[in-house]
Amino acid sequence: MVEKTSPAAKKSVAKKPATPKAASKTTAVKKASASTPAKSAAAKKTAAPKAPKVTRSASEKEALVSYYKEMLLIRRFEERAARSYTQALIGGYCHLNLGEEAAIVGLISEMKHDDYLFTNYREHGYAIAKGIEVGPLMAELYGRVDGVSKGWGGSMHMFDLTHRLLGGYGIVGGQLPLAAGAALAIDYRGSDEVVVCTMGDGTTNIGAFHESLNIAALWNLPIVFVVINNGLGMGTRVTKSSAEPELWRRASSYRMDAARVDGSDPLVVAEASRIAIEHARAGKPYLLEIMTPRLRGHSVVDPAKYRSPEEVEELKHHDPVTILHDRLLHEGLATQAELHKIEADTMKKVDAAHEFAAASAHPDVETLFDYTYATPVPNDSRRLPGQALFPSAKGGSR
Amino acid sequence: MTMKTYRQALRDTLREEMLRDDSVLLMGEEIGVFEGSYKITAGLLAEFGEKRVRDTPIAEEGFTGAAVGAAMLGLRPVVELMTINFSLIAIDQIVNSAAKIYGMFGGQVKVPMVIRTPGGGGQQLGATHSQNIELYYAFVPGLKVVAPSTPADAKALMLAAIRDDDPVLFLENLALYNTQGEVPESNEPAVIGKAAVTREGTDLTLIGYSRMAYVAAKVAEELAISDGLDIEVVDLRSLRPLDRETIINSVKKTNAAVVLEDDWLTYGIGAEIAATISDGAFDYLDAPVRRVAMAEVPMPYAKALETAALPSNADVIHAIYETLDAMGVPRRKVGQGHD
Repeated sequence: MVEKTSPAAKKSVAKKPATPKAASKTTAVKKASASTPAKSAAAKKTAAPKAPKVTRSASEKEALVSYYKEMLLIRRFEERAARSYTQALIGGYCHLNLGEEAAIVGLISEMKHDDYLFTNYREHGYAIAKGIEVGPLMAELYGRVDGVSKGWGGSMHMFDLTHRLLGGYGIVGGQLPLAAGAALAIDYRGSDEVVVCTMGDGTTNIGAFHESLNIAALWNLPIVFVVINNGLGMGTRVTKSSAEPELWRRASSYRMDAARVDGSDPLVVAEASRIAIEHARAGKPYLLEIMTPRLRGHSVVDPAKYRSPEEVEELKHHDPVTILHDRLLHEGLATQAELHKIEADTMKKVDAAHEFAAASAHPDVETLFDYTYATPVPNDSRRLPGQALFPSAKGGSR
Repeated sequence: MTMKTYRQALRDTLREEMLRDDSVLLMGEEIGVFEGSYKITAGLLAEFGEKRVRDTPIAEEGFTGAAVGAAMLGLRPVVELMTINFSLIAIDQIVNSAAKIYGMFGGQVKVPMVIRTPGGGGQQLGATHSQNIELYYAFVPGLKVVAPSTPADAKALMLAAIRDDDPVLFLENLALYNTQGEVPESNEPAVIGKAAVTREGTDLTLIGYSRMAYVAAKVAEELAISDGLDIEVVDLRSLRPLDRETIINSVKKTNAAVVLEDDWLTYGIGAEIAATISDGAFDYLDAPVRRVAMAEVPMPYAKALETAALPSNADVIHAIYETLDAMGVPRRKVGQGHD
């Protein structure tokens, strides 16, 4: 695992929720306890911090390089998915994590293997970061038997019990009550896992958000709600959909601790996530808002015409993968040759994932009725569309 | 055997299952301190404590979904939705989560949970509190929907529902809570997905579920005494899966069917039963399948209007005689009195 407490990251996070005054102008994290929401420190929404000129320890170097490898794998996987989509290897919707990579790896690096993750339909990167092999993930996108959900879920419904990814969910907000319930089960049994539940900014306006945060806070459940705020719900800006656009502030309604953090730096995200997860493990639910850019459209097929050319140009400066790439070079944490090798290794993995997926079989139609019920039940319908209910029944007179 | 009300049978079964299996917990509005709006959970908070009898906020989507999530991790939550009308607030979690999670993820995780909820009108509760919308759930593969009509079945189907590894919507009925019947001591669960022929007969088949299966049994008994009719009664018990075979076998024997339902006729459960009979026993029918269903209006409050809107015993008897007339069966006794 990575070193969590680099000097840079430490500096950027206020240590105690009860001391919001600790936040400063240059702070990348805002946080608040319910009783004392931070009023100072208007952290810039999506601006990436300049790479600090600091001396890094060997473990920090290792952490950053390791984050970079993971982020690049997500990036190249998603780009490959976009290509495969245009080649009609992938059907349905396909939402990509492009721009979210630092947020994903920072967050998940702080989760233990046994911690549960619930997420939404933009989840390929989370699955990768949770440790699932890219082959079965690509196979799921291709709808094949070796997919993580055996071809039943597709892009929006990836699931892997072994890695405790308890689902991508296609209905906005659908995962929130489930995640609260999983946290309830953990609490009921007295075990010490936590649940991390991610969502988009638009999700904070659905009733399930309010109901789930209220329940989690009432019952002291071990859960972190994470809002990935990329500024856009499809094409609708947060300011047009949320009367309180600083989404982390909503936690105060539930006396829940919360923070807003810049999602372009994995170290910053990791430090904020560490604090959030520690809270949750102590039975104090937490709301973490991570600001990220969404580099492309809502899904593969969205040209995002609602963005101005200036905005599109500006986005290039917020690409977390590029930022970290340049930082590794400038800080002397990796050589150009090493970065080239990482790139080549990553492409190899992604190509292999495609090969694996393309070689995997399509599900046998014989299995169509295998997953309706877990407990077999008499009179369960197994009728194909063209079949009669009672094939032997005849017309005419008796 | 012990005589119990439907309410007592439910309450005792919940208690026994909680004693048997500590992964069973109850969740819902007012089920603890208030002991349940219809007192099904009376005394259980005192016996089992807040951990296992959990009063929830008024947040049907939130707590129903939370029960699904808890079930995914192996608990066996029994959720009470105060009435089926409020299930509409939770329908996304019932239909898009509970029903889908096992299949959508390729069978990796089960959702062993029960949603208990009463339907039914006749209590002057008006349009939003008197509905019979079990159809919405019976429509959905992945859910199991059961609808007991007797105290014995309330017990046996509740045992089955709690022990089942799939989400089960357990339909109760306000008008049945105080009805009485013999309840066996044994903890033998029913088989979900099976209908029951609760009365054998040869003249005509009455098909119903929940309150209308109760009405069917009463009417069949009454007409046997008053008119010497020999009516067969099929209690569906399970709306999904639907036991088509039992329906068909009965109609093949009696050659006529009257389908009883408390829901609206158009697109209702009875439509599915009638279509099933057409598919499987077309050749055996001596009269069109008749449906007795609620009038297609939002339920009125005024007693006279509410009574007129709901299917009554007299409505059922009327439909039976019209069907027998269509079959050309001569009226054997002075049953015309009912007509």
